[in-house]
Amino acid sequence: MDLHADSAAGDIEAYLAAHAHKGLLRFITCGSVDDGKSSLIGRLLHETKTIFEDQLAALAEDSRKMGTRGGDLDFALLVDGLAAEREQGITIDVAYRFFSTDKRKFIVADTPGHEQYTRNMVTGASTADLAVILVDARKGVLTQTRRHSYLTSLLGIRRIVLAVNKMDLVGYAEETFADIEREYRDFALRIGLTDIVCIPVSAVAGDNITAQSGRTAWYRGPALLTHLETVPVGDAGADAPFRLPVQWVNRPSAEFRGFAGLIAAGRVRRGDAVRVLPSGRTSRVARIFVGDVESEAAQAGQSVTLTLDGEIDVSRGDVLCAAEAPPAVANQFEATIVWMHDEPLLQGRAYLMKIGTRTVTATVAPIKYRVNVNTLEHLAARKLDLNDIGVCGLELDSAIAFEPYKDSRVLGGFILIDRMTNNTVGAGLLHFALRRSQNVHWQALDVNKAARAELGHQKPCILWFTGLSGAGKSTIANLVEKRLHADGRRTYLLDGDNVRHGLNKDLGFTDQDRVENIRRVAEVARLMVDAGLIVLVSFISPFRSERRMARALVDTGEFFEVFVDTSLAAAEARDVKGLYKKARRGELKNFTGIDSPYEAPESAEIHLDTAVLDPEAAAARVIAHLAGAGIIHASAGRGDLNWDI
Amino acid sequence: MPPLDHLQRLEAESIHILREVVAECDKPVMLYSIGKDSSVMLHLALKAFAPAKPPFPLLQIATGWDFREMLEFRDATASRHGLELLVHTNVEGQRAGIKPWSHGAAYSDIMLTQALRQALDQYGFDAAFGGGRRDEEKSRAKERVFSFRSAQHRWDPKNQRPELWQLYNTRKHKGESIRVFPLSNWTELDVWQYIHVNAVPIVPLYLAKVRPMVRRDGRLLMVDDDRLPLGDEERVEHLSVRFRTLGCYPLTGADESTANTLPLVIREMLLARSSERQGRLVDQDGAASMERKKREGYF
Repeated sequence: MDLHADSAAGDIEAYLAAHAHKGLLRFITCGSVDDGKSSLIGRLLHETKTIFEDQLAALAEDSRKMGTRGGDLDFALLVDGLAAEREQGITIDVAYRFFSTDKRKFIVADTPGHEQYTRNMVTGASTADLAVILVDARKGVLTQTRRHSYLTSLLGIRRIVLAVNKMDLVGYAEETFADIEREYRDFALRIGLTDIVCIPVSAVAGDNITAQSGRTAWYRGPALLTHLETVPVGDAGADAPFRLPVQWVNRPSAEFRGFAGLIAAGRVRRGDAVRVLPSGRTSRVARIFVGDVESEAAQAGQSVTLTLDGEIDVSRGDVLCAAEAPPAVANQFEATIVWMHDEPLLQGRAYLMKIGTRTVTATVAPIKYRVNVNTLEHLAARKLDLNDIGVCGLELDSAIAFEPYKDSRVLGGFILIDRMTNNTVGAGLLHFALRRSQNVHWQALDVNKAARAELGHQKPCILWFTGLSGAGKSTIANLVEKRLHADGRRTYLLDGDNVRHGLNKDLGFTDQDRVENIRRVAEVARLMVDAGLIVLVSFISPFRSERRMARALVDTGEFFEVFVDTSLAAAEARDVKGLYKKARRGELKNFTGIDSPYEAPESAEIHLDTAVLDPEAAAARVIAHLAGAGIIHASAGRGDLNWDI
Repeated sequence: MPPLDHLQRLEAESIHILREVVAECDKPVMLYSIGKDSSVMLHLALKAFAPAKPPFPLLQIATGWDFREMLEFRDATASRHGLELLVHTNVEGQRAGIKPWSHGAAYSDIMLTQALRQALDQYGFDAAFGGGRRDEEKSRAKERVFSFRSAQHRWDPKNQRPELWQLYNTRKHKGESIRVFPLSNWTELDVWQYIHVNAVPIVPLYLAKVRPMVRRDGRLLMVDDDRLPLGDEERVEHLSVRFRTLGCYPLTGADESTANTLPLVIREMLLARSSERQGRLVDQDGAASMERKKREGYF
């Protein structure tokens, strides 16, 4: 329905009534740098009268100054936003464009086609219902086309439009179009894409954009916009069982306790039986509010507040679901991870994982393989770099309700957050729970840690000595152990060099190997604590996040970080093993302090400044701290150690 | 049940964003500019937290040159809903005699940008809702829903967090804050349609009425009080006008119009051939001006 300047005022009421209830289609456009993607979007905005006169005037001026169309309107300039990228002539991020027709409102995610492509395209595709993949008719299906299609398929977009652009430059040849279509369909089938519509277009000349072009009389399908207006928009998940990740608990008074969130799937009616996960408790829906309006029922896509019958413990991060069809709960998964940060993903490192409304700690172990997004080959990998995609195992610190990503973007899609920088460093898709998390349960044993410790008159703990190479960690740890041993304590010293001769002899000194090195040692130390021992760990352990991971493995009060604080100059001057000299000569790579960072502890339990303390005094300081913390008590000991030395 | 229409989907998304901030941030605030976008944002907040009140105050940056009708509307709205309203003015700027017509770009920097930073610092807010939309301007199209600011309130367009699905990473370091835009995916037409369908109250300045106007630099400015100095050639005309966008009255151009009902306003909007920000003098110094302002902390 069109609106004309001379139409009667009454028309507007009819127009508003017709337009108040349009559908919404979100789509992504994918293409390489010269496929004409920006021109296509600019053309769509222009044809749907989204561009105002002042914007058109600005475009005309920009086209004269920077355009690539010899002064003609360069629609690409309409959609290149940031000043920096205009200067460089590239787009560097995901931009969202809006236009609407009489039938639908559209939100377009426009992603650039260069090296940051994977990260940006995955971001844009995460909310899209459909993808428009552009190919240049002169070039046909390229490696990039395959890559875009793979990412599209990975992110769960099932509907594809293959827009064969620049048909004007191949003389609108049917044969060219048919060849490209055939080749593309063959490839798409291999990655599971079947819902494909191929359209010959020219964004610059305007062919088959809003109406069928006379220059492609051989083409019988819809024009691009016609197709976008009529393609079914999957009401994703409306028929699936009910799922509501609880976002916020609304407690304005003692009488009202509402659970607010966006319904991820299914429908809910008053009186429905629901289950709370992961606790598993059940209840019935008492009241439903859609916004502030009480309602009999609600469906996927609506932000609601529910109240339940009876007192039941529900908090943010829980999932309310249909009682008879709950999703699975697990804490170990196989997942695909797309890495989005300059700092690589390291096997064994712990990250925060946000899924639905829940945030947990997740450790990646192991990386099964990395995917070459151009050839779809599987490659061995121990880390993932920026824009890498890998399939990994994932261990969570607590169990979550989940669904495979292919069934639910909400309960299967997650982001990973670096705990130090707070950056979003990766995105992931859960595939399935690993059987071991369902079948391998922790074996409860009758003789436990407390019983073993009691026998030894000591509380087990970890003394984690960290510091530069040559700082004196092993010397001090050795002295501490000697004193404890003399006092009849049961101890064990895990020394970095020694462990690398056996358990960790397969590991080198790259960042990811260092992380794995520490992970293994931390796990061994944990078992020894369980055995009732006082465990001394003497490792450079340069990264804060690994030391934090080790700390998290044992109970509160069982971990003592001992910072052996020696300046790099002092450690290098000492250079007992001659390693600094080698590193300076470039014969040793990734040497901490030289070409690999050391992240000093920020709040170690015990800080030993070796400029002030000699090794004996440092060891005495450690012993005194253990006594103060109640790890060893003088009365129970069989020696006569003087705590005040 | 019928499938959700586009306004229902936009509403659900915005409510989700509002709730996420309240669930994860310590001290949020809603920047309330009294305009139509703010009216919709507030309406959504009232829905999101019902039957509770929105658990955050409203903050308005008053320059001293606000339309009188806007201030009346602001106070009536806050008291009708029983909401806490904070009003902040850059008093130093006022004392220094910063005037909208004599200080050009410096005026909006001092009286809006600086004033906003002062207020956020003074109250220690760690998240601020704004009514910005991605369709307003090219550089906005790339802004995130959750947009991080350093402790100095600076925006770094090269270092933004990717936003996937409906998952927002709200973690921040001490001193950092977030600007959150719940209306990111709304267009001007969506906002008007929503106001129409939901009977959202708006400032009467959006509707045509005979008002005292003066022509200046090709624009129609309203003589809202006697502080606006008139040139020798300028005279007050009584014209039927309405405003497409609202700011400080000496900087906000009106359109001649007889659209005195909401449907007529929407009709004019649909037929309009210029974008809404054209009426705002603030935005017109240089092509990349909006992006620069944003880096400096303008909303």
